[in-house]
Amino acid sequence: MNSQILDQLKRDKILDLLKTGKRIDGRALDEQRPLIIETGVIPKANGSARVKLGNTEVITGVKIQPDKPFPDLGDKGILICTAEILPLADPNAEPGPPNEEVIELARVVDRGIRETEMIDLHQLVLIEDKSVIGMFIDSSVIDSGGNLFDACSYASVAGILSCTVPKYEIKDEAPVLVEGVTSKPPIKTLPVSVTMARIGDYVIVDPSKDEESCMDARITITTNSDGNICAVQKGGSDGFTAEQLLQCTELALVVGRKIRKQFEQLM
Amino acid sequence: MTEDGIRCDGRRLDELRNISIKVGVLKNADGSAYIEFGKNKILAGVFGPRDVHPKHMANPDSGILRCRYHMSPFSVTERKNPAPSRREIEISKVIKEALQPAVILKDYPRTVIDVFIEVLQADGGSRCAALDAAAVALADAGIPMRDLVSACAAGKVADRIVLDVNNEEDQEGQADMPVALMPNMGKVTLLQLDGILKPEEFKTCMQTALVGCKRVYEIQRKALMEKYFQNGEQ
Repeated sequence: MNSQILDQLKRDKILDLLKTGKRIDGRALDEQRPLIIETGVIPKANGSARVKLGNTEVITGVKIQPDKPFPDLGDKGILICTAEILPLADPNAEPGPPNEEVIELARVVDRGIRETEMIDLHQLVLIEDKSVIGMFIDSSVIDSGGNLFDACSYASVAGILSCTVPKYEIKDEAPVLVEGVTSKPPIKTLPVSVTMARIGDYVIVDPSKDEESCMDARITITTNSDGNICAVQKGGSDGFTAEQLLQCTELALVVGRKIRKQFEQLM
Repeated sequence: MTEDGIRCDGRRLDELRNISIKVGVLKNADGSAYIEFGKNKILAGVFGPRDVHPKHMANPDSGILRCRYHMSPFSVTERKNPAPSRREIEISKVIKEALQPAVILKDYPRTVIDVFIEVLQADGGSRCAALDAAAVALADAGIPMRDLVSACAAGKVADRIVLDVNNEEDQEGQADMPVALMPNMGKVTLLQLDGILKPEEFKTCMQTALVGCKRVYEIQRKALMEKYFQNGEQ
């Protein structure tokens, strides 16, 4: 009840500011919060990253191990991205099975990396239909400050870019680790997700926690290095007009380019 | 697909599959609908506004909307585990958020409107078909609404933008974009995409889907009229 009154007050304040072209934290409407990427933070993982996007902080670890391929995808390695909000990240987060928000978060992060075809999965096959390399990219939100979608996506991409793939040889039809030999992951493109929120008639990039608490609708758009649109997810309890959606795709391409430069420095 | 744009199931590029909707097919539900959308066969039932259980979910300022999208174990080629999968939980959420802008919840504080969707047979585009049935079921339940919600997908198959992607096209295709629209308010309430599209293709694909949504809307409207205005009067 109280939080609803606060949300309404906050919303009025945020809307009043938006009408003058300003945001509550002083950013321009199309401005992201500073993105800080640190890689190699978990040496026991094959790749890892710690990402700060404003007050949001995410740690991602990449584990690589031999696995059986999916029955209908015997010519491809395995790629699985997950995300979770740790109970220490938010007063409202609880331990236990993931709720629908968390499931959506994980699936949207996974879709962005899968659908852009960031990794050439054909190169991760050891024996077709029998044995492949699996890449498991697990993100943990450790501090939740809004826009977990982009923060988890950036941390996952940075984790993948930082990883080294161990070499496996087949002996008696079973994969055996070759010590001391690693390679770079087969990267084809750099996916960048950009999440925007609509508050009233205004579309803002990278909503903070306060802005998220009073947004009408949300959209996450993932683009690849060639400037194509590869994954979209609309969320929130209201909609967009077709014009607003086209405006969002342009924003996603422009803002995405800046973030992609930051990724390129990691390669 | 052939050179002149005839698709694997004989449709033209901008042609919908056959759609039929029946309103009020369940006796116990406050509102219901059954849709056949190509080979999709989907039931939707609406209960409420009614008391919220568990109680802590109730909102003193507004009603709440809950949605469950569920696939029967026999609805797909390989038996599906009946427990709700992560995919189904995500779809339930996006369907709820697609319906929510249309439903006037403010009038029913402390209550819930439950939308239950059962996919009896799935064949590509089931979330759109489910949403179409759910919107009609809400209207059938007499819930005050600002507009209907009509959904349809478009996609890219063999380098061409096509309306209403079926299962084979989804498997082989390059992109799939489900869209839901409130047709009279011009508001897009669901938009997802997987697959790679150039920015121009994105625009065409979205516009193709929106045209499809408007056609679905006519079918939904006709189905409601059939139940409520049997003699052709309005």
